[in-house]
Amino acid sequence: MKSVYLDHAATTPLDPRVLKKMQPYFSDIFANPSSFHSPGLRAKEAVDEARKSIAAQLNAHADELVFCSGGTESDNLAILGTIRANRAKVKHVVTTAVEHHAVLEPLRHLERTGEIELTVLPVDKTGMVSVDDFEKALRSETVLASVMYANNEIGTIQPIADIGRAILKWRKANKTPFPYFHSDACQAAGALALDVEKLHVDLFSLNGSKIYGPKGIGLLFVRRGVGIEPLVRGGGQERGLRSGTENVPGIVGLAAALEIAQAEKEKENARLTQLRDKLVEGFLKIPKTRLNGHPIERLPNNVNVSFMDIEGEAAVLYLDAQGIYCSTGSACASSSLDPSHVILATGVSYEAAHGSLRFTLGRSTKPADIDYVLKTIPGIVQKLRHMSPVNLDMRYFA
Amino acid sequence: MPSNPNIGDIVSRSGGQSWFYSDTVKDHFFNPRNFMRDESEYRDAAMGMVGSPACGDAMKVWISVDPITERITDCKWKTFGCGSAIASTSMMSVMVTENGGMTLEAARKLRPQDILARLGGLPARKIHCSVLGDKALRAAINDWYRRNGQPEKIEEEQGRVIDPETKVTDKDIEHAVLDGADTLEKIQAKLKVGVGHPECLPEVEQLIRFYREKYFGT
Repeated sequence: MKSVYLDHAATTPLDPRVLKKMQPYFSDIFANPSSFHSPGLRAKEAVDEARKSIAAQLNAHADELVFCSGGTESDNLAILGTIRANRAKVKHVVTTAVEHHAVLEPLRHLERTGEIELTVLPVDKTGMVSVDDFEKALRSETVLASVMYANNEIGTIQPIADIGRAILKWRKANKTPFPYFHSDACQAAGALALDVEKLHVDLFSLNGSKIYGPKGIGLLFVRRGVGIEPLVRGGGQERGLRSGTENVPGIVGLAAALEIAQAEKEKENARLTQLRDKLVEGFLKIPKTRLNGHPIERLPNNVNVSFMDIEGEAAVLYLDAQGIYCSTGSACASSSLDPSHVILATGVSYEAAHGSLRFTLGRSTKPADIDYVLKTIPGIVQKLRHMSPVNLDMRYFA
Repeated sequence: MPSNPNIGDIVSRSGGQSWFYSDTVKDHFFNPRNFMRDESEYRDAAMGMVGSPACGDAMKVWISVDPITERITDCKWKTFGCGSAIASTSMMSVMVTENGGMTLEAARKLRPQDILARLGGLPARKIHCSVLGDKALRAAINDWYRRNGQPEKIEEEQGRVIDPETKVTDKDIEHAVLDGADTLEKIQAKLKVGVGHPECLPEVEQLIRFYREKYFGT
């Protein structure tokens, strides 16, 4: 059977070139980078080299990078670390309704425990936050602002540089180092420019598993001068910000994956954009289909659509049976029955959110795969619609 | 039940458990039996509908009944929902029509557990998806009695126990929503539902949304 993996936003396969670079660091160069002997030194050199390479990609200093276990830990460190380090001074945080759970959940936890006041900014119909709203939300006690670079569900790219500039202006006018600006770039790292100077971010989260690197490795950029304390204490690795023996193969793999992704991104983006647009165009020929997210300002590999009158999980299972692997924002059987918070935040009805499907393309995606999906999906949608008692009218198309 | 509902990249569809379906469930999901193809032919058949697409599940059931024996001769359905919702409605339609058809009295006693047993079970977190089919069936049976001049045989839905520990029923939740408890927090403050039995919370939330939409249109 044909096998078409279109869930690259969930995770990507490891690039063989990355694997090759990682291989010596499992059994051969295995020593602890903190050890004083020669094998330890060789491991340390590998970590240092990876750190330098990533710093160059981000236009950052090598000592501004903290390796950790992944995107979720990176987001948690950025949020909990800066809020705890600055709790005496400030207590308000601004974020958006479409952030990843790795950002929203720690923030909501701090809100529940009374440690912060939280402003969750709405987004427009395309999933975009307004810079204007953002500026208005800032207060003298705002310690942190967190806005994702690109959305994992609908692919909408936020105006990070504009928000960064607005924050700089605000800090200057108010003569304060706050708020710090954090951005989760896990979904963006394979496709967008990562220059922390141009984006004006103070904290920047990346990981390996979305860019054809290894799982279990992540990174937080922490601009010099940002007050932050560790979540994990121990031997004092990563300048005391993330104790624990370094994941040397993971760090080497992350650097290699980022180098490849950034070097190939223009060519790959152009290729994926074409395939993406073909897929969207084909989907929209099916009646009562809605594109979720922004029509242009979206990741080149992201397609998120709602087929009205059907439920997403049923569609995912029918596609799975045809060898097409994708995701849904439907909530069937999740312990909260709310469908995707991201799609609901764009003002779409519950009905449409239940019928949403996400297809995320990747390096393995070929034009023939798109043709196969477009050939397969109309029959599945038609069959499920035949079985459905629901026939909503167009007013549900927000 | 995992305490965090948000496992995974989008939102967990399974609460961390696999959505592994039995071969029977898959068979009924991919090859549904008796689904309604042409409603116009059934305009005069008895019909029942429950759920709403906003909740993620909606089902419509039509039955034809032999007026002498009061056995179900035909059962058609339409379902908006996930794999388990579709499979359980399909199985129900088979169960009420096989072996010469169930009598209306027997069909009324059909419970979700009976359907689940025939399906070879469902993942624990999917069971709430399958409880609407028999409800829609009972609504259709009431409709048949209404259409056939036996209104005395119409049985209002008895409250169904949602939380075995507190014995809270769907009727309790309906009344609480009518009294203004329109969120899970408010319902829990009022009824203590699910405190000792959190497995029922997805269904409680679904009921809250259903009744909120039914009475307040929100």
